[in-house]
Amino acid sequence: MIRIENMSVARQGITTLSDINLGFGEGGVTALIGPNGAGKSTLLHAMSGLLPLASGRVTIAGQDIAGATAQVRARTVALLTQSEHVTARLTVADLVTFGRWPHHRGRPGPADHAAVAQALDLFALTDLGQRQIDRLSGGQRQRAFVAMAYAQGTPWMLLDEPLAALDPRHARDLMERLHALSRPGPRQRSVIIVVHDLNIAARYADRIVALKDGRIARTGPKVIALTSAMLSDLFDTRMAVDAVNGHPVVVPV
Amino acid sequence: MAERRLFALLGLLALLSALFLGWGLREPAGFILSLRAVKLASLLVVGAAIGAATVMFQTVAANRLLTPGIVGFDALFVFLQTGLVLLLGGAGFATLPDLAKFGAELLCMLLAGVALFGVMLRRGAEDVLRLVLTGVILGVFLRGLSGFAGRLLDPSEYSIVQQASFATFGAVDSTQLAIAAAVLAAALTGASLLAPSLDAAALGSTTARAIGLPFDRIALLALVIVSACVAASTALVGPITFLGLLAASLAHAVLRTWRHALLIPGAAIIGASILVAGQFVFERLLGQQSTLAVIVECVGGLLFLFLVLRKSRP
Repeated sequence: MIRIENMSVARQGITTLSDINLGFGEGGVTALIGPNGAGKSTLLHAMSGLLPLASGRVTIAGQDIAGATAQVRARTVALLTQSEHVTARLTVADLVTFGRWPHHRGRPGPADHAAVAQALDLFALTDLGQRQIDRLSGGQRQRAFVAMAYAQGTPWMLLDEPLAALDPRHARDLMERLHALSRPGPRQRSVIIVVHDLNIAARYADRIVALKDGRIARTGPKVIALTSAMLSDLFDTRMAVDAVNGHPVVVPV
Repeated sequence: MAERRLFALLGLLALLSALFLGWGLREPAGFILSLRAVKLASLLVVGAAIGAATVMFQTVAANRLLTPGIVGFDALFVFLQTGLVLLLGGAGFATLPDLAKFGAELLCMLLAGVALFGVMLRRGAEDVLRLVLTGVILGVFLRGLSGFAGRLLDPSEYSIVQQASFATFGAVDSTQLAIAAAVLAAALTGASLLAPSLDAAALGSTTARAIGLPFDRIALLALVIVSACVAASTALVGPITFLGLLAASLAHAVLRTWRHALLIPGAAIIGASILVAGQFVFERLLGQQSTLAVIVECVGGLLFLFLVLRKSRP
């Protein structure tokens, strides 16, 4: 379980997150939603131990993430950031192998190769394994980065807007895979994902964490949290929530 | 594939070295050969040091257009020369013990590099850009000081500074060469140990840290190695700003790999090959003595412009 207690984060003297108290249970998909600048990406970075906290603490399975070594941290939480860029001539398989870094430290062994093959298979990238990253389509590229995060073999996957710039088909395809991964089973991961598409959150998330102005605006199971009043207040624009085939659907009105 | 290309490059360097040593050899062959061997060794050490340093520097700075020279090493070297001539006078400068002068220059530049990188990286790896900008500004400042000090010198002393400010392989002391080679050997050993971490660092600081790389520590270690390489090479022969850009760009283009275990030796071999080939052409074929550094700067500068223009194309 990830537990955040009284956490505040300041960047360059400006408080970006204040008094955050949250708990994330294992398994399932949690969607972080909120307007631009609400602090969603900062929350993910702070949870993964990559940002110093102004106050409070983050514990994962009882261990304070701030006190963990880089290797222990990277074996606990995989973080996929928005600013993924690759300057080197990497193939998809090379990139996914980098996900195993906390385990192989630059010298991958048979167990790492097996984990990479599994990640490529899980994200339908096996045929693209030897293709260079910069020759992939946007959807394939994003899948490759998510596969890299998966290959890290951590119980927690923190994904910062992995659906950005994806068309509906590719976004849905990626979310189906992540949703399947979050279900109970030998490969189960707990997925915490920043999304802007509220209908994606409504369709695939189990829980919602809504952020506004660096504070928690609402948390809870999606059927309870996603209401017209909450979303209208969160985004300062009128929104309605309806149901189609048993799933909530969000419509601006 | 990249391994095979690396071996081909090594073969090319061996061939160039043999040509440099053996071309037009006359009696007294033993004496001429010993002179040529010292010059060849200095070309190899300087080319390898600058090539390897530039690849590492570009990876840490996440920018293929940068060279270590840009953080002010060259300017510091010229400033030291100008300061010494100003303080000691032309005659005093000429009578300085070579080894002591070399050692002091090496130490001075190494400390300056480590201090600059250490202070800047204390704030975190995002500050690599700040480090580069600080280096550029420091370089401009030192060049300004050198220019001002140069105006205080008489013309004959000024010409001594001018001579010392361009790389020259003509009069390399063999003891200094041995020290520079030892520094290079230690630096390359460190670089080979660091190579897998540099592969991960090339993913960018955030991603590298997310997969468990202690990016700040790796960046600092890499920059210490870069400082050692550039300091040794500059103290030995003088500044060559754009050789590194040529060597690193060619290493990436020829080897087509992301693995620093191949890129670093590749750039070292290419850097050495450029100098040996250039010196061979100018010295043996054209009968020139001191134009190599100027030509390398010219070709490297053109490549720099080409890379900048290609990058800025929409």
